[in-house]
Amino acid sequence: MALLLVAPILIPLLAAALTALFWHRPEVQRPIGLAASAALLGAALMLLARTADGAVLVTQMGNWAAPFGISLVIDLFSAIMLVITGLMALAVSIYALGPASIERDRAGFQPLFHSLILGVCGSFSTGDIFNLYVWFEVMLIASFGLLVLERTREQLDGGIRYVVLNLIGTTMFLLAVGLLYGLTGTLNFADLARIAPTVENQGALAAVGMLLLVAFGAKAALFPLFNWLPAAYHTASMPVAAIFAALLTKVGVYAIIRVFTLVFAHEAGFFGPVFLAVAVATMVTGVLGAAMHYDIRKILSFHIISQIGYMLVGVALMTPLAIAGSILYIVHHIIVKANLFLLAGAIRQETGSFALKRIGGLWAIKPLLGVMFLVPALSLAGIPPLSGFWGKLVVIRSGLEAEAYWLAGIALAVGVLTLYSMIKIWNEAFWKALPEDGPSPLPWNARERLATYAPIVVLGGMTITIGLLTEPFAALSIEAAESLLDRNAYIAAVLGPDAPRLAEIKP
Amino acid sequence: MSTVFIVMVGMLTAASIYMFLARDLPRVLIGFVLLGTATNLAIFVAGRVGSMLPPLVEPGAKALAAEAANPLPQALILTAIVIGFGLTAFALMLVVKAYGAFATISIEEVDEAEPRPVKPQPEPLAPAFRQKQEAA
Repeated sequence: MALLLVAPILIPLLAAALTALFWHRPEVQRPIGLAASAALLGAALMLLARTADGAVLVTQMGNWAAPFGISLVIDLFSAIMLVITGLMALAVSIYALGPASIERDRAGFQPLFHSLILGVCGSFSTGDIFNLYVWFEVMLIASFGLLVLERTREQLDGGIRYVVLNLIGTTMFLLAVGLLYGLTGTLNFADLARIAPTVENQGALAAVGMLLLVAFGAKAALFPLFNWLPAAYHTASMPVAAIFAALLTKVGVYAIIRVFTLVFAHEAGFFGPVFLAVAVATMVTGVLGAAMHYDIRKILSFHIISQIGYMLVGVALMTPLAIAGSILYIVHHIIVKANLFLLAGAIRQETGSFALKRIGGLWAIKPLLGVMFLVPALSLAGIPPLSGFWGKLVVIRSGLEAEAYWLAGIALAVGVLTLYSMIKIWNEAFWKALPEDGPSPLPWNARERLATYAPIVVLGGMTITIGLLTEPFAALSIEAAESLLDRNAYIAAVLGPDAPRLAEIKP
Repeated sequence: MSTVFIVMVGMLTAASIYMFLARDLPRVLIGFVLLGTATNLAIFVAGRVGSMLPPLVEPGAKALAAEAANPLPQALILTAIVIGFGLTAFALMLVVKAYGAFATISIEEVDEAEPRPVKPQPEPLAPAFRQKQEAA
């Protein structure tokens, strides 16, 4: 059982080490990478099966008792995130066998990719806030390397913006962790949750909460800290952009949901309105930014920001339905957004460019590609019966139930603007006649074509599945939300039923 | 004792923010190093400064002496220093590479990833309309 809990960390770690050993031999790295991604998905599914009833799985590293050592804690929310990580790792591993894979693998794609997955999985399974910081750094340093993989001028520029802003954000996180330790004398999430309401200086604690919000917000690309994302994501090579879009910002959202439902739950009256304002501002600025761009990758990058706003509604309202909506939305969004980035790569391969002004006529020559694009695009905009409809429905309904009518109204309006951006891509890339001096399609062979389209078809199928068979996914999200709000069960699972209060809790 | 550290944290943070506002990338990096140092000192102060007694369990005793120094912040800082070193080294290499590619260290002069939008030129008049205008 302890082995199963560390498996999501061990598998990518092993894969990163092995692929680094075979640095100059991509043909050896690839099967290792594929096997590791598949194994990760398997381990995550087993964890999901064990936590599906709301159980909280805990193991203590090195057998140090709970508040002293590092605890690994996997509850239903973590397990859901791990499953989706495994799925994305597998999809992108296959997609990365497509065009330009040789150059990518020679530049060190495989070890860096698995290090990134390692950081993501570590963040999802740790029960210790300093350990969370360390996993953030693992993820960050791997993402730096992946972003500038091809070392083009564009990537170097985007890389600098990404690196500098993220370095500042991560230092804020470290500072917040240090101050939180100074106030409570502990770093363990469960112990923090127990001690935080009893801290005398609640004002200082709220300040630390704001600092954490800034740190996680910079990671999650919240308004007004999102500037690094549209400056950098479109420069990365397509598999890298897809895995970034799927997972990186969502780790920030996960950290926000985890910390603010567990440690700062007693301060919900203060943080709720803050989250509400930030969520609305994030939705609106993201979607407006997307409206003005004519590069597929930039449109998609801005839509990541916009959608993060929906995911925050859960922590803003703190009702079980709202948090369930956030979780359902995260799952739907990761699948759809990764798929759209994969599709952008395929569109470029078929037409020769990402610039919407220069391409066109795809519907006439590749109608199937059009169908594959329509599924995630309409799902992103929230058209029934696709997955995005249910995600938006739950979020908006929870807004109406909490009597935040303006929130629900803005969420609906943003959905319409999202549809506008998706129709823009559709009109320009698929319906418009091909411009006369347009670029020519890039050459690729049948194997690369299969590697590109297989993950797109599978992810599109999942979008339709979630849309038509929502019941089990919604039930899981509600179960996960209820276990997130049941803080005492989490504390009891990590610290034991009646953990002793230490004599001196403050350092 | 703590007061000295707190003042130092404040001064280092102010200095680092000043450096972040510079347009030169090496200055921004120095700012990051200063901010990292300020953060490490802040963790150190938050974890109680005062005792000089090493946190070692005496032979025969079962626990630390009550007035021993707090070892945990030092462990945290050690980890943070190592991570900060790695990040700084990477960022420095990136700046060197960027200097090689753009021949400048000023971030203002680099706009490869987000080119400034070109002002749209007015479209030339349609031929039929132009002929009509010329005839008039």
